[in-house]
Amino acid sequence: MDKSDSVLHEYFRRTRLPLAWKPLDMSNTLRIKKGVDIRLAGEPSLHCDNSPHPKVVAIQPTDFHGLTPKLVVKEGSSVQVGDALFYDKTFTTVMFASPVSGTVKEIVRGAKRRILAVTVESDGANTARDFGPWNGGDRESLVAHLAAGGVFGAMRQRPFDVLANPADTPRAIYVSGFDSAPLAVDTALAVDGKIEHLQRGIDALGQLAGSGGVHVGLRQGDNTLASLQGCTLTSFDGPHPSGNVSVQIHHTAPINKGEVLWTIGLQDVINLGSFLQTGRYSADRVVALGGSEMVNPRHVRTIAGSQLCDIGVAAKEGARIISGSVLTGITAGKDGFLGAFSTQVVALPEGHEPKFLLTDGWLSPGLDKFSVSRAYPTWLMPKKKQYTLDTNQNGEDRAFVVSGQYEAVFPFDIYPVHLIKSIMVNDIDAMEKLGIYEVAPEDFALCEFVCTSKIPVQSIVREGLDALKLELG
Amino acid sequence: MKAIHNLLESVKPHFEEGGKLSSLWVVFDSLETFAFTPGHVTHSGAHIRDGIDLKRTMFLVIVAMLPCLLFGMWNIGHQYHLSLGTPSSIIANVMVGAWKVTPLIVVSYGVGLGIEFLFAGMRGHSINEGYLVSGMLIPLIMPVDVPLWMVALAVAFAVVVAKEVFGGTGMNILNVALTARAFLFFAYPKQLSGEIWIHDVATSKAGGLLVDGYTGATALGHLAGTVGMAASEASSTTMSLFEQGGMFSLGNCFLGLIPGSVGETSALACLLGAAMLIWTGIGSWRIIGSFLAGGLVMGFLFNLIGANAYMTISPVHQVVMGGFMFGMVFMATDPVSAAQTNRGKLWYGFFGGLFSIMIRVFNPAYPEGVMMAILFMNVMAPLIDHYVIEANIKRREKRLTPVAA
Repeated sequence: MDKSDSVLHEYFRRTRLPLAWKPLDMSNTLRIKKGVDIRLAGEPSLHCDNSPHPKVVAIQPTDFHGLTPKLVVKEGSSVQVGDALFYDKTFTTVMFASPVSGTVKEIVRGAKRRILAVTVESDGANTARDFGPWNGGDRESLVAHLAAGGVFGAMRQRPFDVLANPADTPRAIYVSGFDSAPLAVDTALAVDGKIEHLQRGIDALGQLAGSGGVHVGLRQGDNTLASLQGCTLTSFDGPHPSGNVSVQIHHTAPINKGEVLWTIGLQDVINLGSFLQTGRYSADRVVALGGSEMVNPRHVRTIAGSQLCDIGVAAKEGARIISGSVLTGITAGKDGFLGAFSTQVVALPEGHEPKFLLTDGWLSPGLDKFSVSRAYPTWLMPKKKQYTLDTNQNGEDRAFVVSGQYEAVFPFDIYPVHLIKSIMVNDIDAMEKLGIYEVAPEDFALCEFVCTSKIPVQSIVREGLDALKLELG
Repeated sequence: MKAIHNLLESVKPHFEEGGKLSSLWVVFDSLETFAFTPGHVTHSGAHIRDGIDLKRTMFLVIVAMLPCLLFGMWNIGHQYHLSLGTPSSIIANVMVGAWKVTPLIVVSYGVGLGIEFLFAGMRGHSINEGYLVSGMLIPLIMPVDVPLWMVALAVAFAVVVAKEVFGGTGMNILNVALTARAFLFFAYPKQLSGEIWIHDVATSKAGGLLVDGYTGATALGHLAGTVGMAASEASSTTMSLFEQGGMFSLGNCFLGLIPGSVGETSALACLLGAAMLIWTGIGSWRIIGSFLAGGLVMGFLFNLIGANAYMTISPVHQVVMGGFMFGMVFMATDPVSAAQTNRGKLWYGFFGGLFSIMIRVFNPAYPEGVMMAILFMNVMAPLIDHYVIEANIKRREKRLTPVAA
């Protein structure tokens, strides 16, 4: 492209004139306009530590929505890396493996004896079960190999955002190549030195996917993953949630009723490739440690399931420590464990203190309040200003009053409030029509964030997905 | 603050379950949450939340109404002194206005919040902030000399019938403040078309103190009177008031130096409010913009027809008279009773504006067309949204067809 072309391109991009008028654009960039980047203090530095080998790890069945674990081990069993700890009741071939060698320390159970976690005490030897490198074969045996090796469990299915069924052939497999959530992990660090494994993983996904092939979403202007072969690369430009895989699916080839797609995280593809290459199970994970209360915000290289205090998470007194992002993660605490899908750990101040109306409540000037609306003057401040937000709900629960709020941060051709209301009244037919197949709870995280009425949107969407899944059997 | 908080905490046990004053829990709770955003932390979903809440939202709407309120107060005094032909100062004008408006506000909030507390207590939920705005809107759309008992009755009717029977804030179909006004309009048509638009005008008239030819009617009242007159007759008497230098000249109507409901007269003050609402993102620019467009289009169409004197008023003049601007900025934008989809808001606003002008010109019995138009569009809003959503559903189904084929 010469200069005049790029000027034109910029013009078309800004005006969003119909696609056909755009000059030919080789980079295949899609602009996501709706959404918001919440600029939190405590951005992780690009320094990446190797964390010491964890003393104890936990694999938590609750991380995999829809999974009913069947135990393979007992307390006291000795396991190697890659040995199955439990499998899924429905998809019995899908194993969930231990990322360390050692002894099963505890089966943690909650109400109704539901299994919350299986903890393994590491012996530090890291002896691994050898599955043998994958030397090719048909699709069926590849699925069986991945499932037995404990790496298939990372595969998620759309619709419903649940564990994928190994018997399905998905139309396509989508991988988001970047995380747009606040304080997210840096893609370049996550794939640093592992691009070969990543390519191997993408190749395998190519064999698993149906006619739609493999899609990888890139952040516009980031060339880290531009060399990947055997997949469709699409760049996305815009604020969070442009890195959410549902957004990327919606803007390339939306899910229709009756279709099945699979999604998998970038780092899980690397581990999948590494498993095929070496024959050894790996749960390596680069994690961003961030947030205003995090001591020394940075990246660390560790393994999924590690105890947070082991991997160098140190937070100020009284902070909430979250495994996952501030929008979708779960409160883990210092002694908690890194979730199966978490690529970041965040420490935030708790917001237990009531806020007096004039000083920091609803009548205050609010010079430190972040709001997507312009109800506080902070929207006039420089874009770079970072905010220290606490976990206070900033208001009480109310019925829906304000309209148009969710739509501004929800880059789908779906009416979010109407979809949520159809879920609230459990109208299955309306949910289907309004597009529930295309979304996951995480896509509503920003709606939940901006909501004036403080409605728990993500859990409502999860209920809707569960209800629909149950209905369809 | 710590002291206030400690005080609240120390008396709290009396209001809690089993305390002596537990029946007043709702009152205590709303006072406490008024003073302190509670220390509730997030438990599920997003760990951080936007700084905005319903209290802030409603407060900003009230701030947006302040220009209308303050100007309205001044204008009450101004009109009063004008009717007597006596000179006056800004202070004197505002004093008259404050004397008239304060009781209206007190009655509106007193009755309205009283009913809200009652229902909240009965239903065991906390007080919602919705009435903070309605309670200020109602005095602003009342005639100056309306009897206070009528206001009380209208407020009670609106809060109970328009809102609480549907389930409270967020559930109502009709705009609460407009329902109060509509109640008065239909229940007491004689009083509302009488001489209550200017402070004490009836007394002044009886005492022979009025300036010659002063009737105390509003702009729309005058215009409604022209319908049925021959065009030449109308223009010689009434229409001259609307020309340059007349009482209802474009400039006077825009600034609001005319009789009318307390807060509605000044288009300028309304536009200041609109700027504030759009600037903060709380009022929908889609509704405000399309409402204005609808009004101008209808005014322009009437100009083209020109069948009577009323129709010849310029579109710009039409939209700055009466309650059009006030309705556009503060009533049509009520997010609960308006259309909820972005595309629906454009249709909702456009037809709201269109019908406002249409009703006022076509039916002189309803000089305040904007009230009828917005209430009508409130009822139509779910239908508009239905079609917008249906289009979305169709789009999704269409996508499915090629895959199935």
